[in-house]
Amino acid sequence: MKFTLSWLKDHLETDASLDEIVEKLTMIGLEVESVDDKAALRPFVIAKVLTAEKHPDADKLRVLTVDTGSGDPIQVVCGAPNARAGLVGAFAAPGTYVPGIDVTLSVGNIRGVESRGMMCSERELELSDEHDGIIDLPADAPVGTPYATWAKLDDPVIEINLTPNRPDATSVHGIARDLAAAGLGTLKTAPVEPVKGDGACPVKVTIEAPDLCPGFALRLVRGVTNGPSPKWMQQRLIAIGLRPINALVDITNYVTFDRGRPLHVFDAAKVAGDLVVRRANDGETVLGLDQREYTLTPEMCVIADRNGVESIAGIMGGEHSGCDETTTDVLIESALWDPITTARTGRTLGIITDARYRFERGVDPEFMVPGLELATRLVTELCGGTPSEAEVVGYAGHTPKIVSFPFSEVRRLTGIDVPADESRSILTRLGFTVSGAVEMKVSAPGGLAELMPSSGVHAVPAGDRVDVAVPSWRPDVEGKADLVEEVMRIHGVDNIAPQPLASHDAVNGRILTTLQIRTRNARRALAVRGMMEAVTWSFIPAKHAELFGGGQRTLKLANPIAADMSDMRPSLLPGLLAAAQRNADRGFADVALFEVSGTYEGDRPEQQRRVAGGVRRGTARLDGQGRDWAGNAAPVGVFDAKADAFAALEAAGAPVDKLQVEAGGPGWYHPGRSGTIKLGPKVVLGTFGEFHPRTLEALDVSGPLCGFEVFIDAVPESKAKPTRTKPRLDLSPFQAVRRDFAFVVDKAVEAGTLTRAAASADRKLITGVRVFDVFEGASLGEGRKSIAIEVSIQPVERTLTDEDFEALAAKIVENVAKQTGGSLRG
Amino acid sequence: MSAAQAELEQLEASLLSDIASAGDEQAIEAVRVAALGKKGSVSEKLKTLGAMSAEERQVMGPAINGLKDRVAAALAERKTALRDAAIEARLASEKLDVTLPVRQSPAERGRIHPISQVIDEIAAIFGDLGFAIAEGPDVETDHYNFTALNFPEGHPAREMHDTFFFQPDDNGERRLLRTHTSPVQIRTMEAQKPPIRIVIPGKTYRQDSDATHSPMFHQLEGLVIDRTANVANMKWVLSEFCKAFFEVPSVNMRFRPSFFPFTEPSLEVDIQCDRSRPGEVRFGEGNDWMEILGCGMVHPNVLRHGGLDPDEYQGFAWGMGIDRIAMLKYGMPDLRAFFDADVRWLQHYGFRPLDLPTLFGGLSQ
Repeated sequence: MKFTLSWLKDHLETDASLDEIVEKLTMIGLEVESVDDKAALRPFVIAKVLTAEKHPDADKLRVLTVDTGSGDPIQVVCGAPNARAGLVGAFAAPGTYVPGIDVTLSVGNIRGVESRGMMCSERELELSDEHDGIIDLPADAPVGTPYATWAKLDDPVIEINLTPNRPDATSVHGIARDLAAAGLGTLKTAPVEPVKGDGACPVKVTIEAPDLCPGFALRLVRGVTNGPSPKWMQQRLIAIGLRPINALVDITNYVTFDRGRPLHVFDAAKVAGDLVVRRANDGETVLGLDQREYTLTPEMCVIADRNGVESIAGIMGGEHSGCDETTTDVLIESALWDPITTARTGRTLGIITDARYRFERGVDPEFMVPGLELATRLVTELCGGTPSEAEVVGYAGHTPKIVSFPFSEVRRLTGIDVPADESRSILTRLGFTVSGAVEMKVSAPGGLAELMPSSGVHAVPAGDRVDVAVPSWRPDVEGKADLVEEVMRIHGVDNIAPQPLASHDAVNGRILTTLQIRTRNARRALAVRGMMEAVTWSFIPAKHAELFGGGQRTLKLANPIAADMSDMRPSLLPGLLAAAQRNADRGFADVALFEVSGTYEGDRPEQQRRVAGGVRRGTARLDGQGRDWAGNAAPVGVFDAKADAFAALEAAGAPVDKLQVEAGGPGWYHPGRSGTIKLGPKVVLGTFGEFHPRTLEALDVSGPLCGFEVFIDAVPESKAKPTRTKPRLDLSPFQAVRRDFAFVVDKAVEAGTLTRAAASADRKLITGVRVFDVFEGASLGEGRKSIAIEVSIQPVERTLTDEDFEALAAKIVENVAKQTGGSLRG
Repeated sequence: MSAAQAELEQLEASLLSDIASAGDEQAIEAVRVAALGKKGSVSEKLKTLGAMSAEERQVMGPAINGLKDRVAAALAERKTALRDAAIEARLASEKLDVTLPVRQSPAERGRIHPISQVIDEIAAIFGDLGFAIAEGPDVETDHYNFTALNFPEGHPAREMHDTFFFQPDDNGERRLLRTHTSPVQIRTMEAQKPPIRIVIPGKTYRQDSDATHSPMFHQLEGLVIDRTANVANMKWVLSEFCKAFFEVPSVNMRFRPSFFPFTEPSLEVDIQCDRSRPGEVRFGEGNDWMEILGCGMVHPNVLRHGGLDPDEYQGFAWGMGIDRIAMLKYGMPDLRAFFDADVRWLQHYGFRPLDLPTLFGGLSQ
C-alpha cells in the first residue's frame, strides 16, 4: 500500500514530521517498507532558455544559454526538438544524478561545444514516459526554484507492508484513522454527502448469486465529458505507481486508494440491457481491460448483460464496456464481493489488481453506498453530467459483531496495566463502540484485575467487562485477543517491560529425546571420521527416487519448484551421490559426505524415517586421501562404507556386538560388494556397499564410490537402567595369550561364519577372534582360499597348560571344520 | 724395582694399549678375556701369588690386584665409550626429515553443517531455560499446517505460504509439505498437558528461491503454554535468547505489531545491528533494524484446536529461520549454498566435529 504525505494530510491534521509519521506507522503495525522523500528531484531547478543557436557541427543539436537563477548564463547543448529561446524548463547541473537515464552528469563536450548541464524531459526525471521534448513550463514559472517543489512533485511517497488482516488500512483514510488513534493528529476526513439523483437508474441489476455478492449499488451519470483527470489526481496516482488513463478510470483508482473502496465504471452506451450478477458459465470468455482473454468457470462471479460477461466481479472489468474519451454516459458500480471467491478467482486467472487485493481482504460493507456517492461527486465535478438515483440491491445492512471484553484481558495477555479508561479511549478512537460498565466497583468480589492461577480460571472483576461493537471496516476483529492487540499496539508495545519467565527451580534434566540424542551422536561420529555433513534437498528427481525404491504417487509433489525436485527422497544416497559428483566436477574428486536426516516411505508421519547416510568418493578414506610420501590412499571400497555404517550405528546406541552382516543389499548396490546389517532376523539397521554400475550410470555419476545408510529410528531403545553403576570389572591375573590358525576353506565360505565357529569353541576363554590374512592362490587349489585368524585367549581361573591349549585348539579346528568344511592349512 | 714389577708394568702398558686400540665391543671383549679371563694374562699373574713368599706377596699382591683393577676400569670405560659412539652413530644414521607432512586427523578434517551446529546452540540455550526439543513430520495434512492454526479456508494468509502440495489421494485429500514448524504446536498440545515449554527445529518448505529464500529451509518454533505466560515474558525469553545466541552482552530489539493467523496479538521482531562493514553484521550496535522473527500470543482458536480452554490456558509462540540466524551470526551471504554440499563451503563455514556448543564452554569458539 502506497500513498503520499500530502494525501495522508487530506485526512489527518497533524504537525508531525515525516520521520515521526514513519516511525509511528511501523510501531502501530503498519510497517513502513520504504519512504521516497523525493530528494532525488531536488537538484532539478527551473531554468529559462535565453538563446538557442544551431550547433555549428550538428543539424539536430542546439546550443542554448540558460538562466538557472544562479547568475551567469550557462551553456548547454540540447537535442530536443522543442528547445527554443524563451522556453522555461527543468535544468540539471553537472554532478546531478538523472534517474531516467541512470547517469550522473558531468561537464560534457558535444562535437566540440562544451555543455555544462542538461535540460530534462519528463522521462528523464521518471515523471512520465514523455520524451518527445524537454519539459515546457509556463513562462511565469519561477526560475531558480526547485522544479519538483514548484510542480508539487516533492510529495514524499510512503509504502507500507500491509498484513493481510487489515483491509481498513488499504486506504489513506484508514491509515490516517490509525495514526490519529495513536495520537499523531486528528482525523479530518470530510463526510460524504449523498448525491441527489435525477430519476431512477435506467439500468437494473439482478443478483442471481447472492452468496457471492452481498450487495450491489449502481448509478448512471449522463452527459459526461471524459478526458485527462486533473493534474493533482494524476500526480498522486503516478506517485503510487499507477498510470493515469482518463478521468473516469482515474476516479475509480483514486477512490480505491483514498477509501479502500474499489469501483468500476462501464460505458453505458456499450452495455446492452440490464446487468446480472451471476456465476460464469463454464468456458465463457471475457477480454479483460489488460487486453488478455480469460476463460471462466462456474466458481467465478461475473457481471453480465445481454452481450455476455462485462466484468470479472471484484477483480477486473471487461475491455468491451470500458470507458474511454468517447464515453458520455457512465455507469458507476460499487459492490460487495465474497472474499474467498474473489481470492480464488484471482489466483486461478492469475490476475492481481488493486480491487482484488481489497475485496479478498474484505471491504467495508457500510461504505458501499457512500463510496458510490463519493465517486459520483468526483465524476460530476471533474466530468460534468447528470446523475441518476442509485440502484442499490441485495444489501441487507451490517450487524456489528459484539465482543464481551474484560479490560483485565489486556493485562492477562500482555503483562502491562493499561488503565480501563485508556483502553476504552483507544478502542473508541479506532471506531469501536464501547458500552457497559463504566467504573470499577471496588467492593466487588474478586478484587481488582488480579490473576488467580491456582483456580485455573482467570477471575474477571465485576464492572470490568464491557461490550465492544466492532466497526464494519474491521472484519479481522473477532474476539478478546484481537481487542487486546488493538489496545497494545496503540498504547505502545515498547511500554511492555520484559519479565523473566518463571524459573523451573531445578537443575535441568535431559531435554532431548532418545532419537534426537542418537541423531546428534551419529552426526558427530561420522564427522569425526573425516566426513563433511551435507544438507541436501528432501525432494529429488523422479528417476532417482525410482532407482532407490521410491517414486510412489503419494510422494510426488503436484507443484514442484523444478522438474528435478519432484519426489520425496526414499534414500539419502541419490542426493549425496549427486553432491559428490558436483564436487568432482569442480575438481574435488576425493570427498566424503554424510547427512543425518529424513527419508520418506509414505505420506504418514510414522513413514518418515531418520537415517544417517554417507558416501565416499575417490580415495577419501578414514586415514587420509590422495597421494602422500608415506603411502598413497587406495580407492574407497565396501569396507570403508561398512566401517562408517558401524561407527554411525555404535554412536546411535546400537548393540554393535550383536549385529549380523549378511552379504548383499538393495538393488542399487554392487551385488557382490554390499551388505545388510541386521539385529536378529527381522530388524534391518543398515546397508552398505559399493554401487551397482547401472545405478551410477543412471545417476550420471562416476568414480570409485561407496556408501551406506543406517536407520537410526530402527535402533531399539535401551531399557531404562535402574542405576548408572557400570557392571563389575573382573580383571584376570593370568597372562592373556594369542594363538594363530590358518584354515583352507571353500571360496564361498564367509569369514564371519568361520570366526563365529572359532569363537564358539569356548565362549569363556576366547575373548576375540581376528582375521589377519585372507589368501587365494594356485597352491590351495581351484575354488579354495585360506583364512588366517588370531584367537585371543584369556585364562580366568588358572594358567593354561599345554594340554589345555591343545584341547582348545582341537575344539577350534573341529568347530571350524563342522561349520565351514575347512581344514587347517598344512 | 724388581724384574717382576717391571714385567707387570710392561703388561699393564700393553693391556692399556690394547684397550685403547679396541675398535668395537667385540674387540674389547677379546681384550677382556685375554687379560681377565680364566687364562688371561692378569689372571695368570694372580695365580702366581700362591707360590710367593709372604714378603714377596706383600709387595706383588697389591701390585697385581692394582693392575687388575686398573685394567678392569679401563675396559669398562672403553666399553662405555664404544657403546656411546655406537649409539651416536646409529642415531645419526636414523635421522629423518621431520618437516615432512603428516596426514591430518579425520576429527579435524570432518565438518558439522552450520544448520546442525546452530540447532545444537539453540538447544543449549533453551535447555537452560527449561525448554524441551520437539519434532514433527515434514509431510503434513492441511489440518495441522493450516486449519488448526487458524488459517481460514481461502484466506490470503494461506496464499502467502506458497505451499507445496502432493497429488490428492483416493479420497481427494491432498497432503502438503509443512510451510512452517507450527503444526508441531498442535501435535504437542494433543500429546501433552500444559505447562508446555518446547522449541521445535525442523525442515520447512515453500515455493520460493533466491539468495535469501530456498524451497527448503529450516525453522525454529517456540511454544510456551501455562496459565500466566504473557507478552512481557515473551519479550524476555526472546531477548535473552538473542543475547545468548549472538554472544553479545546486550541487544536492542524492536517489537512491532504484525499479523499471523495463529497468534493474537502478533508481533514481528527486529534486531538492531551494524551492517556498515561489507559482509559483516555486528549486533548490539549500529543503525540498522533487521527482521529476525515473528511471535505472538497463541490465538484462542489454536488453543481450542489443541484441546485447551483459552480462558484457562495462555501462552506465546514464535518462529524464526535457523538458516537466517546462522547466516546473520556466521556471515554466509547466500542461502542456496547451504544445500549445495560444496566441500569448500563446508570446510569454511562448517564446524569441527568436537566443537560442541555448551553454555559453560561457550557456544562457539
